[in-house]
Amino acid sequence: MSHHEAGPAVEQQLGDVFRDQWGRLLALLVGQFRRLDLAEDGLAEAFEAAARRWPQDGVPGNPPAWLLTAARRRVLDRLRAEAVAARKEPLLVVDEQTRQEALSAMADPGGIIADERLRLVFLCAHPALAPESAAALSLRLVIGVPTPDIARLFLVPEPTMAARLTRAKRRLAASGAPFSVPAEGRERDARVGVVASVAYLAFTAGYAPGTGPDVTRTSLAGEGIRLTRVLRELLPGEPALDALLALMLLQHSRREARLGADGLPVLLPDQDRSRWHRDEVAEALGLLAPMAAHHFDGVAGEYLLQALIAAEHAIAPTAADTRWDRIAGRYAELERVTGSPVVRLNRAVAVAESAGPEAGLALLEGLDHELPHSHRLPAVRAELLSRAGDLEGAHAAYGTAIERCANDAERALLERRRAELTTS
Amino acid sequence: MRRYFVTLAYEPTMWSRADEQTRARYHQEHLAFHQAVAQRAHLVAGEALAGPETATTLRHVDGRAVLTEGPFAESAEVVGGFYLVDADDLDVMTSLCELLPKAYSLEIRPVVQVEGFETR
Repeated sequence: MSHHEAGPAVEQQLGDVFRDQWGRLLALLVGQFRRLDLAEDGLAEAFEAAARRWPQDGVPGNPPAWLLTAARRRVLDRLRAEAVAARKEPLLVVDEQTRQEALSAMADPGGIIADERLRLVFLCAHPALAPESAAALSLRLVIGVPTPDIARLFLVPEPTMAARLTRAKRRLAASGAPFSVPAEGRERDARVGVVASVAYLAFTAGYAPGTGPDVTRTSLAGEGIRLTRVLRELLPGEPALDALLALMLLQHSRREARLGADGLPVLLPDQDRSRWHRDEVAEALGLLAPMAAHHFDGVAGEYLLQALIAAEHAIAPTAADTRWDRIAGRYAELERVTGSPVVRLNRAVAVAESAGPEAGLALLEGLDHELPHSHRLPAVRAELLSRAGDLEGAHAAYGTAIERCANDAERALLERRRAELTTS
Repeated sequence: MRRYFVTLAYEPTMWSRADEQTRARYHQEHLAFHQAVAQRAHLVAGEALAGPETATTLRHVDGRAVLTEGPFAESAEVVGGFYLVDADDLDVMTSLCELLPKAYSLEIRPVVQVEGFETR
C-alpha cells in the first residue's frame, strides 16, 4: 500500500499549505463575502476536507485553488441556509474595488491569488477592539492558530475564548470597521503601532504567570513570533516591527533556562546561559545592528530600547559581565519616553547593580504611591535592603511582597529568599 | 455607507466655566467638524440640548404615565448634544469626531436599520 509512505508526506504538505495560505485565502473569502465568521468556518472545513481527501486522491496540482473552491462552496451553502432561515448578520465594510478583485480571484483560482492579508491584519488589530480580543483574533484569523490553543495561551476555558472571538467578529462588522489599509501618513503610523502592540500582547500572554505547568504556553508564545514574522513580510521596513521581533526573540531565547528542576522560576543572573537559544539571539542582534544608533519615536523607540536592554543580557558571557551601566542608561531613556513606574523600578535594579544598593533604593522613593499593589516593588526593595545590610527592613519588605504575590511559584521563591535572610 | 449616532457628553460645568475665548474655540471646532463632514460624509441631523435640569422624565407606573422633573439618572457627565451622520465606515467617522472639542466624551454608535422602518 503506497499511501502508508505517502501519508506523512501529504500531511507535511498540508501543514505547509496551511501555514503559507491560511491568512491569504481567508482574506480573499472575507473580501468577497464580507463575513468573518463564514469565511473562517468555510476555510476550516475546506482544510478538514483536504485532510480526508488528499491522502487518498493525491495532492491537487494547485492546492490553494482547490482549498479556495472548497471553502467558497461551503460559504455559499451557509448563505443559502441563512437566507431560508431569514437570518441577517451585519456585513463588513468592504470597498467595491476590493470586492471585485476578490471576485476575479475566485473566478480564476488557478491564477495568482491576491494577497489581501494586510487588510485582515489592520481589521483584526482595529482599535475598536479590546487589545486582548484583537490579539486573539489576529492569531486565529491571520495565522490560523486553533481556538483551543488560543484559549490555553490566554488562560481561559475554550468556550469563553470561542465566545470572545465571536463577539469580536460581530463587533467589527456591526461597528463598521473597514476591511482596508489605512492611508499612508500619521493615521497609518498610529495603526501600525496598534498592530505591533497587539502582536506583542499575543506573545507576552504566553509568559504571563498562570497556574499549573506553563511549558505549553511558552511554546504558544512562539505563535506571537510567527505572527510578527508575517507582519514584517506584509509591512516591510517598519522599525516598530523589526525592534519588536528582536525583543521577542531575545526574551523567547531564554525559555529553557527560565524554570528550574523544582519548577520555580530561575532569575536571570542564575540562569544556565548555555541553554539560551543562540540562533535566536544572533537573529535578534542582526535585526538591531542597523537600528541601534538611530532614534525612533513612539512604539518603535520603546521596543528598540527594550530590545537593546535584552541584548545587553544576551551578549554578556556571564551574569557578572553584564554591562549594568549601559542598561541603566537605556532604562533612564525609556523612563523619559514612557514615564512608566514599572520602568523606573527596572531602572532602580540596574542602577543598584552598577552603582550600589543605596543608589537603587533612592530611585524607589515615591513609587509606592504609583504601584500600590505591585509585589515586585517590595521584592526589589527587600533585595536591595539586604544587600545594604538592613536585614530587618529586608525581612519586612519580603513580608509585604509575599502578601501581595498571587503566583504560587513566585511566592515560593520570595519565601525562600526571606528564609535565606535569617540563616545567612 | 453607515449611519452613526454620535452623542456628545460633557461635565455640566464645561460651558458655564469656559471663558469667552474657550467658547469661541469650541464653536470653531464644531464648525470645522461641519465642514469636514460636508466634504467626506453627510450630516443628517445635529442638535445641542438644553441642560439636564430642563429634562422631563416619563415612566409608566401601574399602567399610568407618570412625569417627573429632571433626568432619569444623575451622572457626572451629561449628554449635551448629538450628531447623526452617514459615513463610509468607522474610521472615517472617528477621524471626523477627532475634530470636535476634546472636552467631550463621544460615543459613536451605528444605527440599526429595522426592516419595515427604513428611512433611507
